[in-house]
Amino acid sequence: MSSQKHGAAFINRQSFIELDARERATALFDPGTSRELVGPFDRVESPWLPMQGVTPQEDDGCVVMKGKIGGQAAVVIALEGAFQGGSMGEVSGEKMTAALDLARADSERGIPTSAVILLETGGVRLQEANLGLAAIAELMASILAMRKHAPVICLTAGTVGCFGGMSLAAGLASYVVLTREARLGMNGPEVIEQENGIEEFDSRDHALVWAINGGEQRFAMGLADALVDDDTPQIAEAIRRFVTKGLPPVHRSSQVALYRRRIEALDTSRQWDPKELRTLWAGKGSEGDK
Amino acid sequence: MGEYTGVRGTVWFRAFTGSASPMPGDPNSVLTADAPLGKDRARFLCVVPDPHARFPCARHGEVGLEEAYTLAARVREVVDSDKGDVKRPIIAIVDVKSQAYGRREETAAIFLAAAAAADAYGSARLAGHPVITLVVGQALSGAFLTHGYQANRILAFDDEGVMIHAMHKAAAARITRRSVKELETLAKDILPMSYDIRDYAKLGMLYKLLHVDNPEKPSPQETQNVQSELAAAIEDARRSPVDLLNRLQSKGALEMRKASLLVRSKLEEQWREG
Amino acid sequence: METIEFEYPAKRKLSKRAHAGVVGSGDLEVLFEPADGATARVFIRTSVDGFGDTWKAVLDRFFAKYDGVVRIQINDAGATPGGVMLRLEQAVEASEQ
Repeated sequence: MSSQKHGAAFINRQSFIELDARERATALFDPGTSRELVGPFDRVESPWLPMQGVTPQEDDGCVVMKGKIGGQAAVVIALEGAFQGGSMGEVSGEKMTAALDLARADSERGIPTSAVILLETGGVRLQEANLGLAAIAELMASILAMRKHAPVICLTAGTVGCFGGMSLAAGLASYVVLTREARLGMNGPEVIEQENGIEEFDSRDHALVWAINGGEQRFAMGLADALVDDDTPQIAEAIRRFVTKGLPPVHRSSQVALYRRRIEALDTSRQWDPKELRTLWAGKGSEGDK
Repeated sequence: MGEYTGVRGTVWFRAFTGSASPMPGDPNSVLTADAPLGKDRARFLCVVPDPHARFPCARHGEVGLEEAYTLAARVREVVDSDKGDVKRPIIAIVDVKSQAYGRREETAAIFLAAAAAADAYGSARLAGHPVITLVVGQALSGAFLTHGYQANRILAFDDEGVMIHAMHKAAAARITRRSVKELETLAKDILPMSYDIRDYAKLGMLYKLLHVDNPEKPSPQETQNVQSELAAAIEDARRSPVDLLNRLQSKGALEMRKASLLVRSKLEEQWREG
Repeated sequence: METIEFEYPAKRKLSKRAHAGVVGSGDLEVLFEPADGATARVFIRTSVDGFGDTWKAVLDRFFAKYDGVVRIQINDAGATPGGVMLRLEQAVEASEQ
């Protein structure tokens, strides 16, 4: 499938990246079936941000919506990348974790309920430090419990990408959906440059950043399940496909022997061209998937 | 605040198991051993510095690719061998500098390696193995998410060399555009930002704070006391549900995580409506 | 962070609540909720102190054309007057759909 749409098709595409978290979440549901839970009017905001002169957001940058995707019960949890970099605070973290627990409870009671998590996030919100970090650990625990019953689908579209502790949440997902603009990695280039120098990672080298963390690279390495264009109907269709598919036979993060062997086989005496790992790990070139 | 010295993990691993070695074929940065603990035979795991590690960015006590997958493998081994039998305890001894910050690490998807280790620990817990974490030194960020934070119960020593946090002070100050002094002042009023382990304990996620006079040189009596505490934590975990909800039900949570509790109850209420 | 409050006379009942915006850098979120009585009340929280007069000017302009009996919550992270007006107008539109 061509990775570029030209002419009218390109102009007519509906950008998903330009949507805010609420709009993104709404767009993934079967029309008219979704409702928001603990939204801005419930006023559950961060207790910690106002204490340090930072204006809170009434939904704490996390939108939870419940409804149907492809006719099946689903919950969508969307982080707002524009608020505090989509970072995990006490409230946004608990919204995500509690929503997953409720979806799991429904699944256990006979209503399989998938979870779709929209990850635009740099990880822990440093203004809430230990509560943010704890929230990520608890979220990860809830993903593990949830994914015994129904799929947990993680979607990162950009522009923030998925970094920090929240990249581990993506690592635990049943399915990962990425655009080319998306980036997925544990440590951002600036942090690596700070810790180990510019030789290790020049954070201003954008081509390098996407060559390593970009959606196309991750997909080509076999670490994502779909590579999508920045087009809302296409993205909604990809999500629908995975909701309908149900649980994978085995989760990526459980394939320890496979990945351990792959790491052992790497020649650590040099840096690699990221494309080498495409061949090594997935035998792929650079193709998209619809 | 104490600097990371990288010795505490080895000291306590040796104190509990009588040795300080990796298992055959494993990198030298991951110590694994089975040893008696209370009435159980527990598996102990610890990440330690290995100056000769294959990955250059993982030579000083960082949790990198090899460390994460080795932990995952050795935890899974316990779960696989115990199927249908007594679920052995798994003890994570934690003193880790940070996750590994490197280009090789990002290229080879350290995020997945970290997830794999957390998956192993969390799945072991869900399968009924008591997973207990003892923070003897530093437990930072991605490294702690990988090795230790999926435990049923977390214990820590109460001294200056013990730190649980999302980011070292200097880096955190840089990113939030404040001075270290400003950060320390903020941390006094804003408990989750504090670097003091006693403040962390007030948040309600810690099962117990333990006192040892010198964590780098424990006496035999102190070692025995800590072992008893671990055994008590194991029993407590065995009597309780396998999820992490206990972290929200503690006295500390009732006081310091009111917003979390409010979110959870509102979400439950609204989930059923309509 | 500064908290500022304003009141304006109002008469038209609102049927729907509405929300617009994001508390991003240089942006704001706006919540409109129906209220009782004959007053519109505005509650502003802003991370940029000292712009009380500017807020008044923007709101005076807004309420010159808007007569809804409403409680408006504004959470601001340094938006321009134009940005504030945009979000207010988006909220008006959403509340009248």
